[in-house]
Amino acid sequence: MKSSFALLAAIGVAGLTQLALAADITGTVTLNGTPPPEREITPLNNDPICGKLHSQKVTTEFFVVGPNKGLADCIVMLKGVPAKSADASTPPAVMDQKGCTYVPQILAIQTGQKLIVKNSDPSTIPMHNVHINPTADANKEAYATKISQPQMAGGADLDYTFSAPENFMKFNCDVHPWMFAWVTVVDNPYFAVTDKEGKFTIKNVPAGKYKIECLHRKAAPTGVEKDVDVSGGNANVDFTLEVK
Amino acid sequence: MNEMSHNRWLHRFAVLTALATLGLICIGGLVTSHEAGMSVPDWPNSYGYNMFLFPPSKWIGGILYEHTHRLLASTVGLLIVALTRWLGGRESRRTMAIVGALEMVAGIVVMAGVISFIPQADQKATGGFLMGIGGIILLAGLVWFRNERSANPLPQLGWLALALVQVQGLLGGLRVVLFKNQIGIFHAALAQLFFVLLCAIALMTGKWWLKPERRAPARPEGANQTKVKWASGVLIRRLFIATTALIFLQLILGATMRHQHAGLSIRDFPLAYGKLWPATDPASIAHYNEHRVEITDYNPITAFQVQLQMVHRLVALLILLAVAFCAWKSWRKFSWRNPMTKVAAFWLGLILCQVVLGAATVLSGKAADIATAHVLVGALSLATGAILSIIAFHSPMAARQAAALSRAETQPSEGGALAARPT
Repeated sequence: MKSSFALLAAIGVAGLTQLALAADITGTVTLNGTPPPEREITPLNNDPICGKLHSQKVTTEFFVVGPNKGLADCIVMLKGVPAKSADASTPPAVMDQKGCTYVPQILAIQTGQKLIVKNSDPSTIPMHNVHINPTADANKEAYATKISQPQMAGGADLDYTFSAPENFMKFNCDVHPWMFAWVTVVDNPYFAVTDKEGKFTIKNVPAGKYKIECLHRKAAPTGVEKDVDVSGGNANVDFTLEVK
Repeated sequence: MNEMSHNRWLHRFAVLTALATLGLICIGGLVTSHEAGMSVPDWPNSYGYNMFLFPPSKWIGGILYEHTHRLLASTVGLLIVALTRWLGGRESRRTMAIVGALEMVAGIVVMAGVISFIPQADQKATGGFLMGIGGIILLAGLVWFRNERSANPLPQLGWLALALVQVQGLLGGLRVVLFKNQIGIFHAALAQLFFVLLCAIALMTGKWWLKPERRAPARPEGANQTKVKWASGVLIRRLFIATTALIFLQLILGATMRHQHAGLSIRDFPLAYGKLWPATDPASIAHYNEHRVEITDYNPITAFQVQLQMVHRLVALLILLAVAFCAWKSWRKFSWRNPMTKVAAFWLGLILCQVVLGAATVLSGKAADIATAHVLVGALSLATGAILSIIAFHSPMAARQAAALSRAETQPSEGGALAARPT
């Protein structure tokens, strides 16, 4: 009895110590140079049904740059961390189809984490079809018979769970060829997507030294790496990407 | 070949079938231009519906192009069955009935799950589809019209068309259920050859083709003159064949480019990224992709795709020169009044149009309608070259036959396709 209590106490202390040693990594991703101008998505805007769902002209969003050059939609993740898939307690990620566009367009999830794809478009758009384009073999095999799935208006959500990491897996709709989203699957829980000001926060990173990588679909498709040390507490890492 | 009576309705039906095939190529071009190849992810059903019962309210976006392509393909299939039966005459009834019955049995076997025809496709639907095709062919075999068999090789060409249209249907279905873009390239290339076949059938059922003396060249006065004239004809024939083959190669290059699903790998014309020959090192390719803003997000550009487009441009130039040479040679050897010269001039006009459309495809950012028109004119260019080649090859044979049939005649012939220009 006494030994069980001691064991439990030791585990509790270890856990608390771990939490106390965990730190956050924050930072900002900025973009230097002048990105190419965005284009109006004319097929969407001219579509008699989809076009009416938007009050303004819809354009591409390859480079979403804030007033202080902060670059949105960058995936920032730790590398060299032991692989760990999500467990049942991890809340699902959600992607929606609204106004004949995928929302959000850039998403990051963990291996094993459920991704729910909804169709919130009205019944005037009878269907979308969710077509995934995995490149990792395990993901391809898992969805060999479900690469392309129709999703009717008001129909059931589609669920996806990917077991292999990959960057920028493309989701598209074959009914509406301008609809795209890119999902990055990370094999650990330490990742974030930059917001409209280019800022990110990766929480509860265990103490230690790591490589941190920043990816952007256009400006850094293969990633830019830096070193980060969170042994002494919170750390700040900034990235500067360039359009030449 | 013996002179047969001209069946004007058969000829008209053959022309209709060729035109329907051209329309099918057009819609198929629109499917690829709009990146709608996978918009209906199942086959032979459409979102679980029987293809012919898919509600029009669901024909939206890319589905409109893909589904109408399938429906028109089925229509062309029906026309081909009827054409095959018509060309084969009453003698073909038995063969058609047997072929149809065999396909129906195959359909039943697939439907029952005894064999798996295409594992990724719905077996019941696939079996039903086979049964349907078989049933139509069987029905054609049971049709009681006791029409005359057409002259060879028309019945054989009809059977070839029947086989090819089914292969085409299968390729189209496989491209969807197997998600293989490479199959799309074969599907596109075979479509062009199929169109050429139908144009040949239309030509050979025509009034002009069935009267050999119209195509016989001026009767030679002596053996030496014959040799010289045929020698000239040989050169022309080789030119037509070689140029047509070059056009077919170009169509394969174009199909390969389109089925990369990478959009335009080079966005300027006549230069390429501001140069005569663009850089294709990894840093340059990364730069092109970084600055690329597309509405339809194609696959990233690769060095291979840039080089492929450059080869396509070079071959286009070669074709222009070759066809221009053919037209000039034809004018020099024959006369403007000669039908072959007129067709060769039309051919040159098509190629010039094709060059303009090619440039417009690049400069418009691969606008779907322009890119599809480029595909269509490409098909017409190939067919025109093939027809010219067939006529050029056929005329010597007809001339020998005409000479053999009317050896006792002394009137000079009227002159025909290969009549030399008067000196």
